Amino acid sequence: MQPFRKHTGVAVPLDRANIDTDQIIPKQFLKRIERTGYGEFLFYDWRFDSDGTPLPEFVLNQPQYRAASILIAGRNFGCGSSREHAPWALAQHGFRAIIAPTFADIFSNNALKNGLLPVALAESAVCELMRRAERAPFELTVDLEALSVSAADGFEAKFHINEFARHCLLNGLDDIGLTLQREADIARFEAARPAWMPSLTASR
Amino acid sequence: MDKKPRTLFEKIWDAHVVAQSAAEPSLLYIDLHLVHEVTSPQAFDGLRQAGRRVRRPELTVATIDHNVPTTPDRLVIQDPVAAAQIRALRRNAEEFGITLFDIGSGRQGIVHVIGPELGLTQPGMTIVCGDSHTSTHGAFGALAFGIGTSEVEHVLATQSLQQHKPQTMLVRIEGALPAGVTAKDMALGIIGRIGTDGATGHVVEYAGEAVRSLSMEGRMTLCNMTIEAGARAGLVAPDEATFSYLAGRAYAPQGAAWDAAVARWRTLPTDPGAEFDRIVEIRAEELEPYVTWGTSPAMVVPVTSAVPDPRNAASEAERQGAARALEYMGLVPGTPIDTIPVDRVFIGSCTNSRLEDLRAAARVVNGRKVSARVRAMVVPGSEAIKRSAEAEGLHRVFLAAGFEWREPGCSMCLGMNPDILAPQERCAATSNRNFEGRQGRGGRTHLVSPEMAAAAAIAGHFVDVRSFHLDRPNAASSVNPAQERTLNAAVS
Ligand code: SF4
Repeated sequence: MQPFRKHTGVAVPLDRANIDTDQIIPKQFLKRIERTGYGEFLFYDWRFDSDGTPLPEFVLNQPQYRAASILIAGRNFGCGSSREHAPWALAQHGFRAIIAPTFADIFSNNALKNGLLPVALAESAVCELMRRAERAPFELTVDLEALSVSAADGFEAKFHINEFARHCLLNGLDDIGLTLQREADIARFEAARPAWMPSLTASR
Repeated sequence: MDKKPRTLFEKIWDAHVVAQSAAEPSLLYIDLHLVHEVTSPQAFDGLRQAGRRVRRPELTVATIDHNVPTTPDRLVIQDPVAAAQIRALRRNAEEFGITLFDIGSGRQGIVHVIGPELGLTQPGMTIVCGDSHTSTHGAFGALAFGIGTSEVEHVLATQSLQQHKPQTMLVRIEGALPAGVTAKDMALGIIGRIGTDGATGHVVEYAGEAVRSLSMEGRMTLCNMTIEAGARAGLVAPDEATFSYLAGRAYAPQGAAWDAAVARWRTLPTDPGAEFDRIVEIRAEELEPYVTWGTSPAMVVPVTSAVPDPRNAASEAERQGAARALEYMGLVPGTPIDTIPVDRVFIGSCTNSRLEDLRAAARVVNGRKVSARVRAMVVPGSEAIKRSAEAEGLHRVFLAAGFEWREPGCSMCLGMNPDILAPQERCAATSNRNFEGRQGRGGRTHLVSPEMAAAAAIAGHFVDVRSFHLDRPNAASSVNPAQERTLNAAVS
């Protein structure tokens, strides 16, 4: 996993609440069997009309935001389907962090596993950033070591993230590798499982 | 040893913690891992690249549901990308030694339908799947939740998952459900009250008389939609209904093992005095048949009311959201719900495609005809359900009325197969998500119960199923031309 320590980039405002993963990456792009190739389909139905022509009014299509790497959005970002294709699409499009008042649980888990940082800030702080980003593109710095979001003009807000996720992100750790170190614990647990629990070995 | 009263959730959680340390999330053992074709290929690929194997292939089961066409010629998949995904699952199952209930095996179906049906889903278990509606299995008192593809890979490799302990929430529904009000309406009524993020970070346990009186099918519908309120999982305590549903199923324990299992299952329900982080109480009598009007399941009103006015929203953000949703849905505030015409009707999905749902819909349809303006389809949740329904003659009821009777799969719930809405087509659907474009770009989805969907198919518009006289064929089905014009004028 790509580590995340500190990132500075242009912020793009997407002022909608409950942005679901069906919008982030519509289903017609879920049929691939690879982990890559999703970036160009990010927010497809919002970015393009039915012939594939970009819709100029959609914020990601506006030239001043084209290089944005920090997305500012409304509450409950990433609700709905568990598709990890959503954080893949966001990351492959070039986003490194999403700032919103709240995130859906599964999305947040999936994002963290892909080096994409979900930053939950107070509704008022998100609102302030949203208004500023709408006026003109500006740069934000998201610092995972200092747990802060800041801008050159003195804006600063602190955020919270669980310590383990932070540790893994800072170091780009593979959590399967970490769990495999607990092999003995898993084997001990398995030995004590009741035999009547369903198992697919017996052909029935 | 003094025993602190524990909730059902806490008992399952405690029994599955493999290892715990202050610095890391708990490592939770997973009893059953369900796999489907869309969220698994990248996980198997990850295993291959790292040279890892599936730790417990016999606790892993796969099926094909999202992509599969629902027409009789479904074995030949036209869409080359979908076909590649299905081929990949077959190859992965073979390579890693996993049981696959393939198309035509007699056991294929929507992953959340076949788990319970085969008796794989049992009380007290931990169950995961790379699919958010894994919450369905909570109906049996199993801790079941959706995960992403990286976590799928983690479970394949380690049969465990790193998890932070969620909070608990009790939703108690006392009283008796009124006639014509179903488990689906219960789910929609709850989400309408608490919102799509009302249960974020929580595992919800449903309790109270109205929940106890639900069949297992009803409990599955209720738990299925728990994710739509943002919850990690939904739970109903196991009881006699649970045990009698499971007895004799293909993978349920038998003989002495059955007795041991039931004895353990009886210890699972929440102890008196156990505490929840949050409690929500609802009276069953206050629930009605619901219809969603917007693009989130929380945008819902009783069928007896009208499309709400965004100007009455509680906040500016909600007002904007509602206005945007109405524009997408092509609806005008104040329009009575029961004048909104429908073009399509979809009865199916992991929410409402079980035998009981099909029977309920068939009772409404029986002896009537689908409105000429409507194209309606029934998609059974599994091959087994389709067989049982046909044995009872339900397919004849639907076919005679003008419904299409399809092969099992997710179908128009998300339209990853050829079953999709055209732009601006309006659909009464028994599925669980009415997000923009969910059933096809520009498509307009209204979530309802199977009975309400059936009634809308006959009437050609939404109709209160309680006023639909079951003894009078076609009582509400005739829409005269003048009425048809009003119906069309009601929406833009
Ligand atoms: S029926 Fe719909 S919600 Fe259920 S698993 Fe299939 S796509 Fe997902």
